[in-house]
Amino acid sequence: MTPERRAFLGWGAAAAAGAALAPGLRLVELALARSPEEASSALERWGLLIDAEKCADCDACVTACHQENGVTAHGRPATDAQWIRKASLRDRSTGRVQTLPLLCQHCEHAPCVDVCPTGASFRRADGIVLVDKHTCIGCRYCVMACPFGARSFLHEPVTGQKPDVPRGKGTVESCTLCVHRVDRGLTPACVEACNRDGKGAMAFGDLNDAAGELARRLRAEPSSALRADLALNPGVRYQHL
Amino acid sequence: MASVQYREIEGRSAGFYGLLGVLALVITAGLAAAWTMEHHGHVITGMTNRIVWGTPHVFAVFLIVAASGALNVASVASVFGRDLYKPLARLSGLLAVALLAGGLAVLVLDLGRPERLVVAMTHYNFKSIFAWNIFLYTGFFAVVALYLWTMFERRMNGYTARAGVLAFLWRLVLTTGTGSIFGFLVAREPYDSALLAPLFIVMSFSFGTAAFVLVLMAACRWSGRPLGDALLARLGNLLGIFVAAVLYFVAVHHLTNLYIARRLDLERFLLVEGGVYTALFWIGQVLAGSVVPLVLVFAVRTRAALAAAAACVIAGGLAQVYVIIVGGQAYPQQIFPGKDVSSSFFDGAVASYAPSLPEVALGAGGVALALALTVLGLKLLPFLPRSLADAGPAKA
Repeated sequence: MTPERRAFLGWGAAAAAGAALAPGLRLVELALARSPEEASSALERWGLLIDAEKCADCDACVTACHQENGVTAHGRPATDAQWIRKASLRDRSTGRVQTLPLLCQHCEHAPCVDVCPTGASFRRADGIVLVDKHTCIGCRYCVMACPFGARSFLHEPVTGQKPDVPRGKGTVESCTLCVHRVDRGLTPACVEACNRDGKGAMAFGDLNDAAGELARRLRAEPSSALRADLALNPGVRYQHL
Repeated sequence: MASVQYREIEGRSAGFYGLLGVLALVITAGLAAAWTMEHHGHVITGMTNRIVWGTPHVFAVFLIVAASGALNVASVASVFGRDLYKPLARLSGLLAVALLAGGLAVLVLDLGRPERLVVAMTHYNFKSIFAWNIFLYTGFFAVVALYLWTMFERRMNGYTARAGVLAFLWRLVLTTGTGSIFGFLVAREPYDSALLAPLFIVMSFSFGTAAFVLVLMAACRWSGRPLGDALLARLGNLLGIFVAAVLYFVAVHHLTNLYIARRLDLERFLLVEGGVYTALFWIGQVLAGSVVPLVLVFAVRTRAALAAAAACVIAGGLAQVYVIIVGGQAYPQQIFPGKDVSSSFFDGAVASYAPSLPEVALGAGGVALALALTVLGLKLLPFLPRSLADAGPAKA
């Protein structure tokens, strides 16, 4: 056997072993993410923690959300869909001014889910509240029921849809917590943008994971739910409100 | 009242075809409006993400509420045994079914995806009051059809009282359901009250009786059938009592809100500073829709006064439903109590809304559909007695 032949066989064996093992290594990566077929699990409860103190006078979260989800505006703010918006608050008695992002609060006892006649509004086991675009009849009762104005009705035809984000004229939609990203093990686009371009006011995580950063902060630091009087147990919590 | 003779209206005059022609035109306009809205999307209407239920819902809810109230005259006869009203029971049932059909047509055609009605019929979330209402509405058609059958079919006459009780209970539940669509909206201060269910029930008595009076007077006049003053006077008294009952519930609702500190802003909006909604409340609902008809039915007491009173009640009723539905949404949701809020979503601001032509056309189309069904019903089946003269049933 010549050295060339020996080297060739050696490289060939390595290549064959690599070709055989690579899918296996890829499987390890895939196993850590949930497959599309695998149902969401109640072991997780996805949520956000938003620090109003850190929230800057920017709209990085809004831009990123609408870009990620293909939510385009037509220059008609009264009818354009808004999955997330920046609200400015001014305390009537103290005059203190704040700004914060407002979006679907992914309630445990979601009023939109309760009132939906067809069950199109539903809550995944992991707490993400979604609209089934195939069974939404466009009655808008969920918009009436939502305490946070989180839902938009699609008033005109939709173009430029993203494959992961089905939308349609005549149906209702709202923040999906970027469910397509979460299922791949990523964070929602708004959180990513806030940490990259903003001041890191938004944190995403599993409320059920006691060892996780989100649960740890919620345990250690004060936070509040919007419309806490309604006892909806939202997945989105605020700080320094 | 076996001696009462019912007869179809002749329905061959120019006036009859003229009336049907006008109604058909309005229905066509309503269908065209619905088609345009579905084609372009709701962007061509006055509705927005803040006012998601607009003028079509005002008409639809008014018609649905009036439908259950129109059955009232039949209930007074069958359930409460007032023989005077028995000859009117068939027309009462017909009008109830027709008004409900008109209201539901508007509601369905205003959906974002009306072609998915079959989805609404096959997928149910039983925690939703809307889903219950689908059964309450379809059930109402069936119960009233059964009720009418017991009236029309001589062999079934013995069951009329029992069918009447069933229909009466059903309509109470139905209107409770309609009121609860709003009453269960805990997140909106203008709604969120169990009082809305009984309020809607007395509204239905009032609106339905007014609609019945007008249809009865028109049907008798245009078909040349006698209609007694005493009967009309009794209907006028009934209408007056219902109008007063609505005022009472409205007053209690507002007084309750006025006592709750965090709802003072809401009451200031509705009663003082709400612009068009305040005007519609005081001038439309209270003055034109309540005070004027009360004076007309209890002080003036003429035939023309009753007709005018009924028309006023209908106009005032539409104003009331407009204030409840559109005004209730225009008032901003209180997400951050004690704070002034502003955003691109118009948080914290009173939402603006102006009815658009397609919305009004769709709503009017529903009214026309209800009236056309009534007119056709009167021609096809003997719903109307040959005479409603006071002296008793006319001779054949």
